[in-house]
Amino acid sequence: MDAPAPALSSPSAGTGAYVRAAPAPFMPPPPTTVGLLGWIRARLFPGIGSGVLTVLIAAALIWIIPPLIDFLLVDAVWTGADREACLPSPARPEVGACWAFIGDRFNYIVYGSYPIAGRWRVDVFFAMLAFGTAWLAWLEAPRRDLGAIYFFVVLPVASFGLLHGFEPIGLAVVDTELWGGMMVTVVVAAVGIVVSLPIGVILALGRRSRLPAVRLLSTLFIELVRGVPLITVLFMASVMLPLFVPDTWSPDKLMRALVGVALFSSAYMAEVVRAGLQSIPKGQYDAAHALGLSYWQSLRLIILPQALTVTIPNIVNSYIALFKDTTLVFFVGIFDFLKTIEVARADPKWATPVTSATGYIFAALVYFACCYAMSSYASRIEKRLAAGEKR
Amino acid sequence: MSVSEGATDTPAVEIAGLHKWFGEFHVLADINLKVGRGERIVICGPSGSGKSTLLRCINRLEDFQRGEIVVDGMLLTQDIRRVDAIRREVGMVFQHFNLFPHLTVLENCTLAPIQVRGMPKREADEHAMHFLERVKIPEQAGKYPNQLSGGQQQRVAIARALCMSPKLMMFDEPTSALDPEMVKEVLDTMVALAHDGMTMLVVTHEMTFARQVANRIVFMDAGQIVEVNAPEPFFANPQHERTKLFLSQILH
Repeated sequence: MDAPAPALSSPSAGTGAYVRAAPAPFMPPPPTTVGLLGWIRARLFPGIGSGVLTVLIAAALIWIIPPLIDFLLVDAVWTGADREACLPSPARPEVGACWAFIGDRFNYIVYGSYPIAGRWRVDVFFAMLAFGTAWLAWLEAPRRDLGAIYFFVVLPVASFGLLHGFEPIGLAVVDTELWGGMMVTVVVAAVGIVVSLPIGVILALGRRSRLPAVRLLSTLFIELVRGVPLITVLFMASVMLPLFVPDTWSPDKLMRALVGVALFSSAYMAEVVRAGLQSIPKGQYDAAHALGLSYWQSLRLIILPQALTVTIPNIVNSYIALFKDTTLVFFVGIFDFLKTIEVARADPKWATPVTSATGYIFAALVYFACCYAMSSYASRIEKRLAAGEKR
Repeated sequence: MSVSEGATDTPAVEIAGLHKWFGEFHVLADINLKVGRGERIVICGPSGSGKSTLLRCINRLEDFQRGEIVVDGMLLTQDIRRVDAIRREVGMVFQHFNLFPHLTVLENCTLAPIQVRGMPKREADEHAMHFLERVKIPEQAGKYPNQLSGGQQQRVAIARALCMSPKLMMFDEPTSALDPEMVKEVLDTMVALAHDGMTMLVVTHEMTFARQVANRIVFMDAGQIVEVNAPEPFFANPQHERTKLFLSQILH
């Protein structure tokens, strides 16, 4: 402080004492690093190798995309009553996707063989599910605690009443044999999602418990289920279970598959939640206990809210896997979305060269839309957490 | 042991013949200490000497194998209800603040009064604002802990502990994790607390603070209490060789 101020006014102060005389002026960045030109240069042609890759990828896209658009949109058949519409003819040598087939079979693909008169019940179920999902997925939504109760308690009960039927209020029972299509896929996925989180939390806590018996049982269950493919669990549930349980007691086929899927996804969820629990510093437990909060209060108010928030991306990731795994129920004779497309495409009424391709492309688009929605939700949450925004 | 609700003649804390082992390691050996009501005790000593562990035994964040601890007339036992009862009366401030990051400053302060004491939310809010004013950050009540500086976070942590109206406040190296320019604001808060007559047990290396507020200084080494004395004689005329060595290393 009391050193003599150097006489220097030049901005460079290599060695020795230095006091800045005037602030350094702010200058715009060099032109090649900003704007469109800067972006193209930095992102597409930063070097020879990357430049070549950029050109190759551009070529591949030009090669693939136009025929795809031709097939999906330009040459596609949008209307028609049966296969005649989608057969190549002299007037129409190139036939693209047969969307008329999807349109014709759409109700079957969504509802399966669910009685036509009762399909409004399925629509109500879809609406209720969408409402609950939006409530919970929107982090700033009011009363998310009520939302959780709605989603985890009200919704399952109401859905069962709606879809299966409840005679006292005049909803005729619809046997699950008649259920099918998107509806079944959504039911299986939703049950897996709704059930796996609470059971997963309990299993994760069990695995971290200080009581050896609880820890052993939880670990055993998790490792056993994780060590077996889902398809095995489903076969167990649908083939083995009836051998042990008398016929009249044997729960119906869909119910057994639901239990299998729920247990399977619970085991995976348990490991996801456990990772979240492990990410909470010990100091949080210390502080909660030092304030006199009991074990369950600490868990409910301090630990789980934080652990679940940091694991939302991983939880959603498991949900995506679960959603795609639901297709496996068709191996035990349940008509899920993919199976209804299988059935529809084999229908002689629509037998054309493009029917199968159209059906599978449609299935792929639907699965992609659902999974992409989930994954972009997860990555949005992830960005938010990374930014350290207030929650 | 009587469980009388804090009669004024019982000491705030009474520790007798306390021993604790981490596995084979004898981390606390033969600790005897009586903390009177309104007394302010600073515990110092080299790192690893068991200071923090001693504090953590008092509110049962750590288990111990032998000896007795009586807090506010209540004998500390394995009984979880007894442990919770003692924790309600003992506030603790940690080196790393340990605020709850998912709750606002105000919610951090009202959580335990509402959940543990059953205080109505409105009352808890007012109560918490009173203490946030006392640590001089009422304007931060709506923010989240990560939006505050270290010094501010530690003051919130002090307010959070005070909101339970504890009979005893324990500080576990409350300024060790702070940037140097923030140490003073936290120490000032603690000095003010001391002036208000709070019973305090403070583990710290801030010897100026110790000189200023402590009634007694406890020097620990290798899990044992080596020397206890009032600040004046403790600094001017340390008796034990180990104390002399320690003081010569930290006071320049």
